[in-house]
Amino acid sequence: MGMDTQKKIYASPNVPTPNRPVIFDPDICSGCNTCVEVCQMDVFVPNPEKGRPPIIVYPEECWYGGSCVAHCPHPGAIRLNHPLQQRVRWKRKETGEHFRV
Amino acid sequence: MRCYSYAEEGNWVEWPYPVDYDKEREVTVDVLVLGGGIAGCWAAISAAKRDLKVALVEKGATIRSGAGGSGCDHWLYTPNPLSSVTTEECVAAEFESNGGYTNSISRYIASRESYDTLLELEQMGGKIRDTEDKFKGAAFRDKQTKFLFTYDYENRLHFRVWGSTFKPALYSECKRLGVEIYDRTMATSLLTEGGKQGARVVGATALNVRTGEFIIFGAKATLDCLSRHQRNWIFSSEHRGLSSFRPGNIAGNGPAMAWRAGAELTMMEQAKRSPRGSPYHFPAPGTGNPFNTWFPCTMIDANGKEIPYVDRDGRILNSLSERTRPARGQKFMGERATAYNYRLNRIVPDLLERIEKGEFLLPLYADLPSMPEHERRAIWDLMVGEEGRSRIPVYQTYMESGFDPEKDLLQNYEFLRGGWVATYDVLPIHERITGESGDAGGIVVDWDLKTTLDGLYAAGDALFAANYHHHAAATGRYAGRKAAEYAKRAAEPVISRKQIKAEKTRVYAPVKRDNGIEWKELNIALCRVMQNYCTEPKNEELMKIGLAWLKDIEENEASRAYATNPHKLMRIIDVFDILTCNQIIIHASLTRKASSRFLDFKRIDYPEMDPPEWHNWITIKLDNGEAKSGEFPIDFAEPLRDNYDAHNKNYKSIWKQ
Repeated sequence: MGMDTQKKIYASPNVPTPNRPVIFDPDICSGCNTCVEVCQMDVFVPNPEKGRPPIIVYPEECWYGGSCVAHCPHPGAIRLNHPLQQRVRWKRKETGEHFRV
Repeated sequence: MRCYSYAEEGNWVEWPYPVDYDKEREVTVDVLVLGGGIAGCWAAISAAKRDLKVALVEKGATIRSGAGGSGCDHWLYTPNPLSSVTTEECVAAEFESNGGYTNSISRYIASRESYDTLLELEQMGGKIRDTEDKFKGAAFRDKQTKFLFTYDYENRLHFRVWGSTFKPALYSECKRLGVEIYDRTMATSLLTEGGKQGARVVGATALNVRTGEFIIFGAKATLDCLSRHQRNWIFSSEHRGLSSFRPGNIAGNGPAMAWRAGAELTMMEQAKRSPRGSPYHFPAPGTGNPFNTWFPCTMIDANGKEIPYVDRDGRILNSLSERTRPARGQKFMGERATAYNYRLNRIVPDLLERIEKGEFLLPLYADLPSMPEHERRAIWDLMVGEEGRSRIPVYQTYMESGFDPEKDLLQNYEFLRGGWVATYDVLPIHERITGESGDAGGIVVDWDLKTTLDGLYAAGDALFAANYHHHAAATGRYAGRKAAEYAKRAAEPVISRKQIKAEKTRVYAPVKRDNGIEWKELNIALCRVMQNYCTEPKNEELMKIGLAWLKDIEENEASRAYATNPHKLMRIIDVFDILTCNQIIIHASLTRKASSRFLDFKRIDYPEMDPPEWHNWITIKLDNGEAKSGEFPIDFAEPLRDNYDAHNKNYKSIWKQ
């Protein structure tokens, strides 16, 4: 297996956890920034590139209020992404199969 | 460029808002409302309806801010034409359940006026009835009014509502009435006459959390609708969000500002154990459980064996309809009521022992598929769909992941961290929170919801021993009209430039530094002090050391705190207020020289539980910079009806019991 010798490696710090409280679909998102204006915790700033999804500057401050998703005028542009250690499970009654968020 | 800006990406974007620290702006109004949550919006509407100039100051965005911004499932303790329960009985249910440690003034006001408040909310666009007939024929539905009820279907005291419609309706009404809304603006201090502690409140200072600008609000009357303190014992810097009950903007600015201005607070020594805000907890309506939002869902164990519900006498309830009826000889059931007279039906209380003996197999599940369709849809679509911070993160997110309430059993997490999480009995002792689930210490008020400072009124969870959405709404509406009445006859506010100058120095200090301590590290350090020196059991020596440590941190690390943009400035100022709240809590704890079961307060040096001479409220305030304590009796609100009537001769109710 070849390694990409062109790719640069950085002394990158650890990311804040959780680091992706919301996930954007850049193809659907219009960059209207409604989510930026409705977020209580002010975790976003508008993207300097117009028409692109906002930048999440303070992901660890997100309280998963969901107002960003609720007020987004473009369905599918933004969705919540729960922290991995807070994903609840359920069991299908008939089959006993386990699922989770 | 991708969507995430971390150090990893190596490219921080420039702060997108024009920053102008020190730039001043002056705004003069009749009524100033601090906090744009449920209480604040109702207060602003109430005052604006009386033709006054009103400003509303909100740290986030008023359309969805506060604990009730994203939704609400229940409108509780509301006497109405379909119920025979009286206002006095509503107050008694909470008084008896809390050993008297409940704000009977505000609870009386709330239960007296909450039906009026609900009807006004409907006029504004809030949805309170099953107008689409989706629950036609349900046992919890009234045919004529189309109201839906919860908990006790016989007494119809607690409503099921479409709370996600409420905040936007209130916001629209504020705008329609001409309320000046200042979003992204955090209040930082109360202004007092002559800048003196204990004098009349004449406005407040505030910061724009995006531009850093300083705003001076002058007002004839001011309202503290800033909710309660939190993050005093627990602060998880990175995993806080999903398990907290209130948004992180609620940081105790209210009690801290009131304290510095010289207002009296009470019950600040109370601190109940709670998992909320812990990284190991889940959002309450986001797990399968038999409580609150999910009541009266059937619970089963891992083998499918049903777990019985019992009434207050321990009698097993064999049918679903029995769960939602009071016991023999019981008049009505209250939400969260533990007193015998009003106790809600519940899952067998010795469930943990039965599990340990092997009668039931963990984990447990909520059996929505087995519920009759009306109940299943009421619990899932309506309650989980409408409760605060629930529609998107629980209802929608879980279904997008494939959860189907007709086929799936949502897992329950009781006992998986030891003991009943819901009753907080076996949580680690240091996991304490002051009222993140309700009923914390707060500001003292009288029958006008006026604080001990002239010109300052309060409503919602800013009030001592307060709780609930309907209570925030009704007390906000009430305090707004009281503040308006005062403003109509009060003198013009005169602001002290000296007080302004001192406050500007205080709030801008962090942005003048580019290194030191950041807000998260400071918050956790403050929590550590409380976890070691003001938890359980307490003693005088420990608490005095706690105060000394807080002073030490205040003079050293906190005075070297830094913030590199207005957002981080907002957060560090919040932490300064958390420090103040911690100081208040320890002062109050030192003053109570007895233990109390009701306050979850244990002193090893004064171990007697609730001795009669200490069965009272302890007050605390700053007087010339020194902490002074006082007290008032447990039954301070009596006689309830007479007091209310004396203070509300001109109130025209929409409905009267």
